[in-house]
Amino acid sequence: MERYYQPEIETASREQIKAWQDERLVKQVKHVWDNVPYYRKKMEAKGLTPADIKGTEDLYKLPFVTKADLRDAYPYGLLAKPLSECVRIQSTSGTTGKRVVAFYTQHDIDLWEDCCARAIMAVGGTNEDVCQVSYGYGLFTGGPGLNGGSHKVGCLTIPTSSGNTERQIMFIRDLNATILCCTPSYASYIGETMKEMGLTPDQIPLKAGIFGAEAWSEEMRQDIQNTLGIKAYDIYGLTELSGPGVSFECSAQTGMHINEDHFIAEIIDPDTGEVLPAGSKGELVFTSITKEAFPLLRYRTRDICTLNYEPCPCGRTHVKMSKPMGRSDDMLIIRGVNVFPSQIETVLLNKGYSANYQIIVDRVKSTDTLDVHVEMTPEMFTDNMGEIDRRQKDLAAGLQSMLGISAKVTLVSPKSIARSEGKAVRVIDKRKI
Amino acid sequence: MSVKQISVFVENKPGAMSAMTAVLADNDIDMRALSLAETEDFGIVRIIVDDVYTAATVLKDAGYVHSITPVLGVAIPDTPGGLNKVLSALTDVQINVEYMYAFLGGKKADHAYMIFRVADAAAASAALVARGIQTVDQDEVGNL
Repeated sequence: MERYYQPEIETASREQIKAWQDERLVKQVKHVWDNVPYYRKKMEAKGLTPADIKGTEDLYKLPFVTKADLRDAYPYGLLAKPLSECVRIQSTSGTTGKRVVAFYTQHDIDLWEDCCARAIMAVGGTNEDVCQVSYGYGLFTGGPGLNGGSHKVGCLTIPTSSGNTERQIMFIRDLNATILCCTPSYASYIGETMKEMGLTPDQIPLKAGIFGAEAWSEEMRQDIQNTLGIKAYDIYGLTELSGPGVSFECSAQTGMHINEDHFIAEIIDPDTGEVLPAGSKGELVFTSITKEAFPLLRYRTRDICTLNYEPCPCGRTHVKMSKPMGRSDDMLIIRGVNVFPSQIETVLLNKGYSANYQIIVDRVKSTDTLDVHVEMTPEMFTDNMGEIDRRQKDLAAGLQSMLGISAKVTLVSPKSIARSEGKAVRVIDKRKI
Repeated sequence: MSVKQISVFVENKPGAMSAMTAVLADNDIDMRALSLAETEDFGIVRIIVDDVYTAATVLKDAGYVHSITPVLGVAIPDTPGGLNKVLSALTDVQINVEYMYAFLGGKKADHAYMIFRVADAAAASAALVARGIQTVDQDEVGNL
C-alpha cells in the first residue's frame, strides 16, 4: 500500500494541479511586482505588468532569474517580505562562487518541511521509523530540511549531522535506524566503512536511504543498495527554491516527482532560452509559486534533464524529472568535446572501481589533457603487474568510448582522494584560458 | 612448502615507500626480503616478513591495499651454477617463472636464498625436491 503525506495533493488530477498553478502564479507575480523593485525593473524592461500574466501559459513571457541575479541582489535585493516576518536564512555551499542567502518566513519553512515529509513517506517512512539525518546541519539546507520532514512524518529523528563516521554507525546499529539521509558519496563511505568492519547487509537495520545534494549515477545507486542492503532514493532541491524536497523519488525509482503545487517546472534550451516541448532534454527552470520571503520566477537551475508526464505506478500525479544528466555550467569542454563528470563515474563503476575519483584537466602545449585519478581497491588489486596494466588499459578504453576523447588513468592509493561529507571536489581544471 | 609474500600497492612518489616501511617499523615487523616492481605512477612492493598475519593486519588498518601470494623459497648453494640448477629443474617440468628475487642474511652462510613466483608453487616445489634442491617454508623464513 502506497502511503502519501498529503494524498489529496500528491494524487490530485492534472487539471487540479494546473488550476493551483494558474492561481498561485498570478498571485506570486503580483507579490513580487509589489514588493521587489529588482523584479519590477526586470519586468518593466520587457514591457510586462502583472496583468500580462493570466496563468501558466503566460509564464514564458517572464524574464529568467539566474545565479548572477542572486549575486547582484545579495543580500536583500530579492527579499519580498519585511525582515520582521522572516524567521530563518539558509545559504548555498558556495562551491561555484559567492554564497547565496535565501530567506524564509514560518510559512515557507512549513511548506518546505511538508515537501521533505512527502519524500520520507514516499520511501515507506512512517512514525514507526527511525530516521538518521547525516546531512550537515547549519547553513546547508540538507540537515534542517530532512530533519523538519522527519518530524512531520513522526519518525524518531537522529540529528547526527555529517562527520564522525564511527559515531554514525554506532547510532545506526544501537538505535536501529531504518532510514538514512545524507549525500550519496557519504552513504557510500559509510557503506565502505561498515564493510571494513566486517558488517554484512543483514546486520545493518537500515531499509531505505534518501540521498541528494550531489550528482550520482544509477551504478552508484546499485553499489550503495548492495553494500547497505537498502533501497536508495534520490532527492532533489536547491537552496534558492527552499532546499531538498523540490522533487523526490517514489517506490518506482524512475525519476523524481516535482512538488508542482509549489514549483512550476519548465525545460528550456540553455543556449536560446526557448521553452522546449514535453519530453525534451534541456535545462530545468523553476518558478516558486508559494514562497513568501524569497520567491524566484523562472530560476535557471543549470541542471540538464527531462520531464516525464506519464502516469506513475505509485499513484502520484505530479510530473517526474530525470536524474540531472549534468549541469550546463559544470560541463567540461575538453578538446572541444562536452564531458560530464557523471559519464566518468558511470564507466568507473561499470569496470569495478570505486566512484571516488578526481578529474584533472590541464593544457600542455596548447592541447587539453584529461587525467582521471582512480583509487585502487582490494577487489582490483593483484600481485600481477601485467594484469593491473591490462585493467588500467581496459578502463582507459572504456573512458575513450564513453567520452569520445582519450583519457589517462592514474591509479592512486585508497582513500587518498578527499572524501566528502558535504560535496566532493571531482574536477580540478588547471587550464589557464 | 611455500612462503607467503605480501604485495602492497604504493604510489610512485616521494615518501610513499617510507610511509609504508614506517608502518612495519612501528609494529616491529622484520623484513626478510623485498622487491619492487614499478610503473611511472605506482609500484607493487613485494615483501617477505617474519610475521605475515600481523604485517597484513597493520597494513590493512593503515589503509594499504595488499594481497598475499604463495611463492617458492629456495636455498641455493652459493657456488657457480647454483641458480642454473634450480632454473633447469623448473624448465624440465615447463614451469614459467613470473619473477624472482634474492635475499641474504640466512643462517647458512654458504647458501643464497631466492624467491620464485610461479603459477603452481606446489608443483614447482615437488620438481625441485626431486632434484635434491632444498626449499624453505614460511616458518623457516620467519626464523632465519
